[in-house]
Amino acid sequence: MQIYELPADMLARLIRTREISAVEALESVLGRIAEVDGRPGSLNSSDDDPEDNERVHAFINLTPDRARIQAEEIDRRTAAGEDPGPLAGVPFTVKDIFCVKDTPSTAGSKILANFVAPYTATPVSRMEAAGGVMLGKVNLDEFTYGSSNESSAFQPSPRNPWDLTRVPGGSSGGSAAAVAAGEGMLSLGTDTAGSIRQPAAFCGVVGMKPTYGRVSRYGLIAFGSSLDCPGPVAGNVTDAALMMNTIAGPDKRDGTAANMPVPDYTKDLKVGVRGMRIGLSSEYFRITYFDPVTGEFDQQPIPEEIESAVLSAAGYLAQMGADIVEDVPMPHTKYGVPVYFVVSRVEAASNLHRYDGVKYGYRTPDSVDYLPELYRKSRAEGFGVQSKLRILMGMYVSAAQYSEQYYNRALRVRTLIRNDYEEIFDPEGEHRLDALLTPTTPTTAFPIGEVYGDSVLMQYADQFTVPANHAGVPGLSIPAGFAGDGLPIGVQLLGPDFSEAKLLQIGMAYEMATQGEEWRRQIPRIE
Amino acid sequence: MSEYETIIGLETHIQLNTTTKIFCSCKADSWDDPPNSNICPVCTGLPGVLPVLNERVVEKGALLAAAMQAEIQPVSYFDRKNYFYPDLPKGYQISQYDQPLARGGFLDLPMPEGYTRRVAIHKLHIEEDAGKTVNEDGQRLIDFNRCGVPLVEMVTGPDLRSAEEAAQYLMRLRQLLRWLGVSEADMEKGHLRADANVSIRPEGADYLNPKTEIKNVNSVVSLRDAINAEVERQINQVEGGGQIEAWTLDWDDNAGVLRKMRSKETEADYRYFREPDLLPVRIDEIQREEILAELPELPLERRARFVEQYELPEYDADILTGERGLSDYFETAAATYGSDPKRVSNWVMNDVLRLINDRELLAEELRLTPEHLAEIINLVDASTINTSTGKSLLEKVEDSGQSPAEIVEEEGLGVVSDEDAIREIIVSVIEANPDQVATYQSGKTTIVGWFVGQVMKQSRGKADLQLTRSILEELLTK
Ligand SMILES: [Zn+2]
Repeated sequence: MQIYELPADMLARLIRTREISAVEALESVLGRIAEVDGRPGSLNSSDDDPEDNERVHAFINLTPDRARIQAEEIDRRTAAGEDPGPLAGVPFTVKDIFCVKDTPSTAGSKILANFVAPYTATPVSRMEAAGGVMLGKVNLDEFTYGSSNESSAFQPSPRNPWDLTRVPGGSSGGSAAAVAAGEGMLSLGTDTAGSIRQPAAFCGVVGMKPTYGRVSRYGLIAFGSSLDCPGPVAGNVTDAALMMNTIAGPDKRDGTAANMPVPDYTKDLKVGVRGMRIGLSSEYFRITYFDPVTGEFDQQPIPEEIESAVLSAAGYLAQMGADIVEDVPMPHTKYGVPVYFVVSRVEAASNLHRYDGVKYGYRTPDSVDYLPELYRKSRAEGFGVQSKLRILMGMYVSAAQYSEQYYNRALRVRTLIRNDYEEIFDPEGEHRLDALLTPTTPTTAFPIGEVYGDSVLMQYADQFTVPANHAGVPGLSIPAGFAGDGLPIGVQLLGPDFSEAKLLQIGMAYEMATQGEEWRRQIPRIE
Repeated sequence: MSEYETIIGLETHIQLNTTTKIFCSCKADSWDDPPNSNICPVCTGLPGVLPVLNERVVEKGALLAAAMQAEIQPVSYFDRKNYFYPDLPKGYQISQYDQPLARGGFLDLPMPEGYTRRVAIHKLHIEEDAGKTVNEDGQRLIDFNRCGVPLVEMVTGPDLRSAEEAAQYLMRLRQLLRWLGVSEADMEKGHLRADANVSIRPEGADYLNPKTEIKNVNSVVSLRDAINAEVERQINQVEGGGQIEAWTLDWDDNAGVLRKMRSKETEADYRYFREPDLLPVRIDEIQREEILAELPELPLERRARFVEQYELPEYDADILTGERGLSDYFETAAATYGSDPKRVSNWVMNDVLRLINDRELLAEELRLTPEHLAEIINLVDASTINTSTGKSLLEKVEDSGQSPAEIVEEEGLGVVSDEDAIREIIVSVIEANPDQVATYQSGKTTIVGWFVGQVMKQSRGKADLQLTRSILEELLTK
């Protein structure tokens, strides 16, 4: 086994006991990256290199020199008998939507391609303070707007390490692909509608969207400010818990960060699920969408192999003593995507206002002598098509004459979605659930180029993940085997506010119960 | 001209005097600082930053609301006001829209003519200021220092009926802001800025005509002049058969003229929505009580009390309550002195105020404490010193910080009422000035004042005045 294949938890222990040096670990991971990642995404990549289809392309900016300085510092500290922290020497990557001081922070967009952040995002600085070694920035959909990474201005976009003709998912696609391919044990992602959980499911890794406010958003370039959650992408449940320990907590730079103490997520990870009540809902076994012509609801069942992966997981949990509660009503699940289309776009359009060519980032090279022309040209040339779609729709549904019909109505439906969760998790209520068990995604990873461009269909891929963002509740996606196409399947656990510890316990129980299964031994082959 | 009634509403922006800005820890006041020296990633809207509310802004805003008799809301929200402008780095201003900090309220304006105008407050909310754009040599220069400076925006109803009333509103508001200690309210520094909405209508009408908005009025005088100029323009327009259009006008202070900035046919759509980066502002009953407990007796209340309790004329009471520190000064001096508050008022209004103005100090900054003042008046009353010595003592106490009694003792300023000593000085004056003596004796007895002056000069002002006069008359008529 190579060092880059070790889980973060084990590697940190070996580095703290000086059995492996941080520099050794870093070099092992850098070697792996050199082997599998190929050329990094860039703005000028018109020429299609056939080799591109044989590599992962997780990175936009690899910063090995910066990482070496950090790794040497970890080794110096362990040699001096100091404890560098729980992530001692663990190489990790950061989705390029977070600012990291003195490094380019691009958001996957041409408009920020030359932006070098003068400060570091809170979760990144917390990981570094815990001894983590930052490798660099990984790719994403432009400004996180997408579920495949194909919309990044930095091409080639990441591939799915299990099948390089497939997308890794998105928008934290670079994060999930990197962890799955052994390019860093941990990655910091963000989840606005499923952007951590969906690529985690597609790439066969663990991804957690914490409760809104559990992890500070300071330094996260905003998409939907009321939905965005930074969170971990990791190889297994223990590593996700370890990473949650370092990134969660109050932050005086984020007024919406929850002022609550952070439990030790790794402490009771193995307590088991005996007596826990875990629900299944039929709303999560079908896709409900609006017929674009008639506007009527249409339904499609999810593929059987995904449904059976969820039921099989339920079976394991039942065997270990959990009560499985069936037919849990989640009546507003189907509104999750339409509501998201309105709420996230209003916030996104406003959040994109600051990119105007005046202060930083891309400015049109044309000479203009009229200020609005500078705005128009810089934005038209700097933003990609997904950003423009969001600006157009966001502006439309928040205009004075439409905001009641769209935006305010969407906010009311959002409350109904929240109520669905409050009811099923109510300890005095009918269902009294500890968690809801669902598929993470209705399909496995789709082929590159197949769904991209059809943004409605791509957004329906978020139907099972986005309701948790509306409600603010936490969700965990864990690998649950493979489909007939050889691609990973993910199952999702959703719980009430601040129930991350319990979700991780359930995930851990399932992980341990399936440890002997044949599919657990599969690794992605990149060659 | 008299058949038109003027209708004015004022929109004021008040800069709160907090140490730091509203959403970051940059210094709020940059008056003496070079451009872009008090800025950070947050107030310049860099990607990824978040605003964090400065609680002092809410407290000061709520205190002002309470003083305006407005209802402090238990929960209010911040909203984004979206528009593009280079000095607005985020592309939106964080403000409050439909659920502001406080609702209702009013301010009473006692007018010099004797009536009181009550002005309703339509809106009171907190928000961040934008930066400053300067056009220079064909370049647009932006100073972000002012970005994130905390403001209260307060909008009146269309309740003011003349430029004079509008000016009074601004003066009373400025007085109140300083009184509460929530703003320096220095109009020259832009701490208090006003926009005026002006329309006219026939006397007796109950409808409102289209109004124009005058921007950029930064002093009480400009406000009065700008409104008067606009009312005159509107009357001429209507008299000439024209119509009033909803223009935005800019007041050019130097030229003393209004300039049209833009027509206002279409309202800009700011696409307001709740600011997702900030939690709702909650003020519970306990906090509300704490804020109300800090509310001092207000200027008009104190003014009325001074008339009632000290039997002062309205004029005195108004001047003494111009600033809270001055009114406190008067009250302490009056209490120490013990009798005849009007006598204390005269000293304060004539002499202490001159000292305050000459030295550009606040009453509370004087080394001449109200207790010192009472002591000086007592010394004069007891004829230990004469009035002119008393007045010069004010400056000496202020300069040295010593007590009046000490200075009188040290400098020998006590009144000389020893008849022999005075007589000796007078004799020497008479002997030295035979011409003036002759003038007196020829019948021009008014020259006695000149002799008094000479005696005072020689005695360094200490000679008892009555005694001096009677001895002079006695010796000159000999
Ligand atoms: Zn600042």
